[in-house]
Amino acid sequence: MTDLSHTFSAAADKPLLQVKNLTKSYGARIGCADISFDVYPGEVLGIVGESGSGKSTLLSCLAGHMRPDQGEVIFETANGARDTVQMGEAERRRLARTDWAYVHQNPRDGLRMGVSAGGNVGERLMAIGARHYGGIRDKAIDWLGRVEIDAGRVDDRPSAFSGGMQQRLQIARNLVTAPRLVFMDEPTGGLDVSVQARLLDLLRGLVREMGLSAIIVTHDLAVVRLLADRLMVMKGGHVVEAGLTDQVLDDPQHEYTQLLVSSVLQV
Amino acid sequence: MINIENLCKSFTLHNQNAAVIPVMAGANLQVARGECVGLIGASGAGKSTLMRMVWGNYLAASGSIRVGKLDVVTASPRQIIALRRETLGYVSQFLRVVPRVPTLDVVAEPLLNLGVPADTARTRAAELLARLNIPKRLWDLSPTTFSGGEQQRVNIARGFAHPFPALLLDEPTASLDAANREVVLDLILEAKARGAAILGIFHDEGARDRVCDRLIDVRAFTPKAAA
Repeated sequence: MTDLSHTFSAAADKPLLQVKNLTKSYGARIGCADISFDVYPGEVLGIVGESGSGKSTLLSCLAGHMRPDQGEVIFETANGARDTVQMGEAERRRLARTDWAYVHQNPRDGLRMGVSAGGNVGERLMAIGARHYGGIRDKAIDWLGRVEIDAGRVDDRPSAFSGGMQQRLQIARNLVTAPRLVFMDEPTGGLDVSVQARLLDLLRGLVREMGLSAIIVTHDLAVVRLLADRLMVMKGGHVVEAGLTDQVLDDPQHEYTQLLVSSVLQV
Repeated sequence: MINIENLCKSFTLHNQNAAVIPVMAGANLQVARGECVGLIGASGAGKSTLMRMVWGNYLAASGSIRVGKLDVVTASPRQIIALRRETLGYVSQFLRVVPRVPTLDVVAEPLLNLGVPADTARTRAAELLARLNIPKRLWDLSPTTFSGGEQQRVNIARGFAHPFPALLLDEPTASLDAANREVVLDLILEAKARGAAILGIFHDEGARDRVCDRLIDVRAFTPKAAA
């Protein structure tokens, strides 16, 4: 019979991230309002909603790119749970270099276009103290291989890469330091569908093998169905529905979610 | 193993004049370990709806669905994810996979999700694919390009890769030839023999007679007002 001695224990019982009553306004306009949720280790949370629903504002507040007006973003650091909204800028930047990663929709926002592919991956390693050049280069080449970029391209600049390759390079750059939580803003947006599929498979494998947690903002319902364990639906800055991904998509309860699901074109 | 009590369900269609459609009321059903229960009733009677509520992708309005110790009706998403990983398997009629993933990995995935080492998982996947007569030359290809019957067999291999204590089967023999149908019926009988509780929909009456211990007509659960 199959050996199941490696079955996961219930070690993942403590949330990695707890968001409580997060609110961000732009003057009188609501960015996102009163958002609360937990993310557990190894879990992928999808956030969907139309443009302007507040999903990118929420992601920016979570990742510390924007300061929320109210609320807590409690992350389980190596030294215990900390509210990242209240911590100092230096400490939050340190978190962003180590335990966190952020994959931008446009790879040009997440890469240094004037630095070689290997340099882009190695730079994040150096930022956490790696100094052995040969070791950094080997690790960079290993990660290029994992995201299916030929080792022969290690010295080329990302500007010479296709859009799909740039996105995969951005993922390698982000994951090389083995973060525990990855924020992704439309990671498959703007890519060919054939490249999207490859990226989805890659992300799923990495989530499983590295046990990382991810928060993925997208408007693509097919992407969340294949990638996310849980789903939050946003409209007008509020979460209107949340739950198990296939439950929200197959039996949506809220008026807006029903409209969203029924509006998808069938291929 | 599966214990359904007084289960009710209705759909509210907000974008169609907020129509409320009651689809199930007072459903009761038990499936013991080692038992296979078949759901019968005409199309639209609620067989699939009932299966989906057990799987957890349809929400119940009231009642309880216990699979092992967990009540799916009140469980959190995390508990349902753990239930699906460890306890409850589902062979649906349609294969839904990430495009371009090789068939062998599609079948091995439920084991990989349990932390089984990759070579052990692939060996088990290969055994099942061979048994279900999927030619070896197809194992490295994505099943998205396969024929309907081949896709169904890949789906069955995936569903039987891990010895789940409870299984949901939605027409597992629907588009199979006689030889492959026999293989699938044997797999179901073996799962029963090891103590799995199985709830299934079988339009194939011969298959139903071979594997089902009891049949339940879901029309008994149709709300009176809608009947």
